[in-house]
This record gives sequence, C-alpha cells and structure tokens, in this order.
Amino acid sequence: MKLLSVAKVTFLAAALSVTAYAPNAVAFEPSNTECIAPAGAGGGWDFTCRQVGKALQDLKLIPGTMQVTNLAGGGGGVAFAEVVNKRDAENDLIVAASSATSTRLAQGAYPGNDMSQVRWLASVGADYGIIAVARDSAINTLPELLEKIKADPTSVSVAGGSAVGGWDHLKVLIAAKKFGIDDVRSVKYVAFDGGGEAVTQLLAGSVQAFTGDASEAKGFVDSGDIKVIAVLAPERLEGDFASYPTAKEQGINVIGANWRGFYAPGNMSDEAYDFWVAQIGAVYDSAEWKATMASNGLAPLDLRGADFQAFVSDSVDSIAALSKEIGLIE
Amino acid sequence: MDSLQSLADGFLIALTWQNLGLALIGCLLGTIIGALPGLGPSNGVAILIPLVFTLGLPATPALILLTSVYYGAMYGGRISSILLNIPGDEPALMTTLDGYPMARKGQAGEALSISGISSFVGSFFATWGLVFLAPQLVKVALLFGPAEYFALFTLAFATLGGLASRNQAKAAFAAALGLGIAMIGVDGQTGVPRFTFGEVHLYDGIDFLVAIVGMFALSEVFTFLEHRGTTQATGGDGTVKLGRITPPVSMLKQTSGSMARGTILGFLAGVLPGAGASLGSFIAYSFEKRLKDKEGTFGKGDPRGVAAPEAGNNAAAGGALVPMLALGVPGSGTTAVLLAMLLALNITPGPLLFQNNPDVVWGLVAALFIANFMLLALNIPMVGFFVRLLMIPPRYLMPGVAMISFVGIYGVSGSTFDLMVMIAFGVLGWVLRKLDIPLVPIILGVLLGDQMEKNLRRAMTISDGDVMTLVASPLSIALWTMAIVGFILPMLVGRYLRPKIADTDAVEGADPD
Repeated sequence: MKLLSVAKVTFLAAALSVTAYAPNAVAFEPSNTECIAPAGAGGGWDFTCRQVGKALQDLKLIPGTMQVTNLAGGGGGVAFAEVVNKRDAENDLIVAASSATSTRLAQGAYPGNDMSQVRWLASVGADYGIIAVARDSAINTLPELLEKIKADPTSVSVAGGSAVGGWDHLKVLIAAKKFGIDDVRSVKYVAFDGGGEAVTQLLAGSVQAFTGDASEAKGFVDSGDIKVIAVLAPERLEGDFASYPTAKEQGINVIGANWRGFYAPGNMSDEAYDFWVAQIGAVYDSAEWKATMASNGLAPLDLRGADFQAFVSDSVDSIAALSKEIGLIE
Repeated sequence: MDSLQSLADGFLIALTWQNLGLALIGCLLGTIIGALPGLGPSNGVAILIPLVFTLGLPATPALILLTSVYYGAMYGGRISSILLNIPGDEPALMTTLDGYPMARKGQAGEALSISGISSFVGSFFATWGLVFLAPQLVKVALLFGPAEYFALFTLAFATLGGLASRNQAKAAFAAALGLGIAMIGVDGQTGVPRFTFGEVHLYDGIDFLVAIVGMFALSEVFTFLEHRGTTQATGGDGTVKLGRITPPVSMLKQTSGSMARGTILGFLAGVLPGAGASLGSFIAYSFEKRLKDKEGTFGKGDPRGVAAPEAGNNAAAGGALVPMLALGVPGSGTTAVLLAMLLALNITPGPLLFQNNPDVVWGLVAALFIANFMLLALNIPMVGFFVRLLMIPPRYLMPGVAMISFVGIYGVSGSTFDLMVMIAFGVLGWVLRKLDIPLVPIILGVLLGDQMEKNLRRAMTISDGDVMTLVASPLSIALWTMAIVGFILPMLVGRYLRPKIADTDAVEGADPD
C-alpha cells in the first residue's frame, strides 16, 4: 500500500511537472509508445529501455505498455541511422543511449551521422568510472599509478572492457593527460571482452591496473580482491564505494561518467519533446527508480532537456579532441 | 560436507510447485529453442528475460527458469543436428559430424537417445563439479592469461586438421575462409574497422549464428530446390528407417568412455572464461577422434562421435556457471546474459555471491539437478516423436526450415541486413557443398580465429611485442607441446594412413560435414 501511495504522489508530482515544463502538453497525446534498444536483448541498452518503460507504465505516465524493439548492429549505429533516415518525425519513439553512443558519434563511428540529427531527452543516471589495482599491489593512489606510467609507460598495462578508443580507455587517457603525461598514446591499454574478463586478468596478474565502471567491479570490491585507487565522480559515491577517494580529491580533476539516457527523433514536435522530457524526469524523481538505480549500481546524474543536450554536446566535443590527439580519428 | 548440507537447503528452496513448474516450462521451451535453427541458448535466455520481468519473479525462481532454458537448449541443439544436418546452435555443430551420418544409416533413434544420455551425463557430472570444485577451479581460470589463451586456441586450431579425413587442403581452405570472416568488424585493439566497407552493419562483425544458419540451414534448402522433383533431396526417399528408440546396451558400453572424456574436457573448457561450450564440444570431439578413430569410422556415423561432443557441450554449460557464480565473470554468451539478469535482480555477482546469496546459488544448483532429470525424462521418450520429423516429406519440411531460419534470425536482431547476410552465407554454403568443401572448419575458423587473434594481440601489447611471452609459463609450454604433437604427428602418420582412408571414402561417399 505504501508503494502505491508513493506512486500516486509521484504521479501527481509528474502531472504538475508536466504543466510546469510545457503548458501545451495537452496538445500531445502519446499512443503506441516505443523504445528502441540499439542492441540485442540482455544488454545495457535493452535494460535501460525495459526498466524505464516498466517504470513509465507502473507510474501511469504513459497509456498502456511501452513496446521495446531490439535493433542491434554497428554499436548502436544501425538504430541511429534508422531513426534519422526513416523515423525522423515520430512523436511516440524514444531510443536508449549511453556514453558509448556519444563516444561513437564523436569518433565518426556512425558513418554520415552526428549528434545534431536527433533530440537529446534526458539522463536517468550514471555509472561512474573507477581505476583499480590488485589487492597486493604496491600502488595505493592514482598519482602513484600515473607517476609509474609517466616514468616508464611499458611497466604498466591497464585492462578494460571496451575496445581501444572506447570509454574505458578514454577515462584513463583523460586522467593521464590531467596528470601531465604529454604523450597519452604511450599509455598501454589492453582491450578485453567486457569488464568481467578484464578484472579476471587483473586478479591473474597479467595486467597491473583495471579501468571500468563501478558496477562492474562491485563484486570484487566487496570481496577485497581488488583495491580501488580512484573513483572518477564529482564527489564520493554513496554506499559501498563511500570509502574510496575520488580522483578530484587526489588533485586530478577527472570525471568519467558512463551515463544512461535517451534521445528522440530529430523532427519530433516540441510538444512531444517536452512531454518525454517531463515523463522521463518524473521516472527519475520516483522512489521506484531510486531503488532500480541502487540495484544497478547507478549514481545520480539528473540532466533534462536543454541541459542534457548541452552535456552530450560537450562530451562529444571533448572526446573528439582526445580521439584526434591519440590518432584514432583525423 | 558443507557443500552437501547447503545443497540440501538448496533442494528445499527449489522443490516448490512453482519452481518445479518453472523448471518444466524452462526445459520444454529450452529444448524447442535449442532445436530451432537460429535460436541458441544465449538468445533463448535473452528472449525470456522480459517474461521474467512481466511475471515479477524474484531472483531464485527467475534463475531457475532461465537456467532450465539454458540446459534445455543445450539438449535441444542436437536434435536438428542429427536429423537435418542443421546445428540448432553453435555448440551442436560438432554433433552433425557423426549424428547426421547415423541418421542417414537408419540409426536416427539411436543417435538421438545416445546423445540425450550423453547430454545428461555431461551436465549431471558438471553440476557435481560445480558443487564441489567451484572454488578450486576458479584458481585454474586465473592461470590463464592472454598468452595461455592464445596457446589454447592454437591447440584447438591445430587439431582441426585431424577433422578432415579426406582432403586436408580443402579443410585448410575452409578454415582460412573462417579466419577471414572473423576479421570483419571493428578491431578491438586499435578501434579501426576492418573489411566493413563503410557499412555500419558490419562494425560488430558477423554473428556466428547468422553464419551457421545460412551455411547449414539455408544451403540445405537451396540444395533441395536444386534437386526438386527428384528423390535425392534431404530426408531420403520416403522409406526412412527410424532405428530403435533406445540404444542397445553394447552401444552404451562402447560410448561410456567417450562420454567420460567428453565430460571432463567440456567441463574444463567451460570453466575458462573466454573458452566456452563450442570449444568444449570441439575439443571433446577432436580428442576422441584422435584417441579412438582406429578404423576411420568417425565422420561416417560413429556413435562415439555423437556421445563425446554432446557430453562435452553440456558439461561446458555447467562449467561456464563456475566463473559466473564464483567470480561474476561470464564463461559464455549465455552466462553473460544471465549475469545481466542477476544485476537487474539486485544481486551482485562476484566472489562473495556464495556467502551473500547462498539461497540463490544453492537453489540454482538444486534446480540444475532437477532440470537435468526432467530433461532426460522428457528427451528419451520423445525420441520416437522427434524422429518422425524425418518422415515429413522434404517439400513440406524445407519451406518450414527456411521460415524458421528467417523468423529466428530476424527475431533476435530485428535487422533485415542480417537476413541478407544469412542468404549470402546460404549461397556460399551451397557453392562450397558443390565443391565438396567441408563447412564445419569455416565456423570453427570464425569462432577460434577471432579469439586467437584477440589473445595474441593482448599478449603482445602487455609484453611490448616480446614474442617470448607466449612461452613464458609452464602452462603455455605444455599447451604448445600438445599443439605441436597434435599437428605434426598426424601429418607424419597420415602419410601412411591416408591412401587407405581415401579408398574407403570413395566407396561409402559419406559426407563429413
């Protein structure tokens, strides 16, 4: 019963915020809503669609259920092209996105597409990056690790779950650059298939450091098998990670957020855009979503509408600059 | 004895009507999903995740349902391999090699029941392995760095030559083609797209399943179209002999050793994250062939060639749960999906899972035992039903195969491009069959080549290009020795044996692919 009343209150709050955000919201009546997950079932984007879709439905923010369509391929590029080319003016469609989307847009990995072709709606949380070493490593802080890399780049291999040029790689490079390592290309990064494999290689002693998301490493942090030397968040995370210092505290101002959010077709009407921004925002504000975030290792990142658009734009610019520097793009 | 106590608690959790019902549904669905070309265990599990969310199942019942589907699919994959020469999923690939020839010889019933029993043996003992050996085996997984993985995959690749009993050159060509296909997509170690021609659909590479379904299922359909109106088409001439429904005791005796070896090899392959079920069934088959194929009967319908890979791939499915539960690291595509599911259910996989969520772990293990017995009980009586598939005239069966292939592939990715790729592979498979080039090494080239390359380059990055890192540990030296023995010896020995085998081949004309 308690949950229900919370839901009711949130619904009221949502209704209010709709009016606050867009006086003309009544002009848009959603029907047959759809969320595209640009990857196969079971992946991160799929979960974003399904969980937000379920919350939208449970909180009665949309009529009926939200259909989730899996459109895999090209690291999200197939779905992006489909939305831009074929479904550019739909008002009932949202698409799951994450920092992988902005990274690939910045690097031109979606041929012929760029971020201005769609409208960015809102974020629903972020998984902050961490840098860790093995339990018995002599290294205890991020500056120590970076100092070692600076002195002899060949002595440290950093493992991560994304491909070279992917987000796990870039996070380390941003930190290295902030620390004053001029040639970031000298940093040795080894790409594995997912964070789990990368952590295993850290435990096996094949590599000296691990870069990944807080949620990927949580099980190993709980068991004490790995030592987190920096959390790449603006301030300390809540819960299990509260005892680990941020990079910022250690004098290296790096924030590496693997955000999750949504974009919408480029020619979506303003009414529909405002509607979706408000509804996703209402989901974010709900107690149910807080619980989902906690169980998925997501930390707060609340950006909506124009703020989110600006955030994505900034990250695309900075990733593009960095990718040029490491020679990944021209 | 701690483990046994915990296991008993697990049975208390698993033995509720709801959980038993879920296990039964999972086993049935899994068997069907495994048998249908285009749907394998990983996408079968992924497809059912929304169902779990909709039903609002708590963690333990949800895992019971999904792992029943997983085990069920490992059982089901063999059915279409044996009856139609179309692997239902990747790990069932090796079962086509002897299973289909057995069916052609009128032993479809025996092949199905012996493979069903092998599946049971493989997963039953693998589940025991999970109960008792999980903590120790995790240490084995930690012995494998990129250099050791490279040696392991090279070992697997080296024994490929032994698979082709007839024409080594054609098998080598097929494997090289597979390696080439594995190159397609964005290269993880540099982030640069290779052989994608600016086509965004190719950035993720070619999906194994699309290649398998195209090459095996669609090419079968094309062959049928080519021969339509004649009696040569698949399925024979209407007077199909179904064989017995239970295997003769002598066959069980003959294959018991194969099952045991397959189980051990498969389980070990499953335990290594980054090896997986396909490698398990492949190694089980090629090892068995190397060890026991004195008369050259493998590839022509030898029951041991069915028992070993089936025990291997089911044991690997159990083995893959070891790193998943004990480390939180997926040992196969399916366990990766299961892990994502665990996270969504607010359970953190990792080294502490056994301590923090014993109810989940032991409930799951108990459910695996239950699912296993259910699958055996379902599969053996149903052999008689499955073999009747062969009595469906090809003119009805083949359109059905085509439809299932298209629906299956589209259903998973939602991409019409994948359908085109599948058709292209179908045409390629048809041409290669005409040229008498075996198809299995192509798929193995794709599966193994990709992992070989990745691990070689990881090892090279870590060692700054020092090749000696590849033979720096005793484990990798051992693996290399086995690879060299497996590769050089058959070439020397083969020089004396080959003419004899070639003769028998010409007489029987059996097709090893």
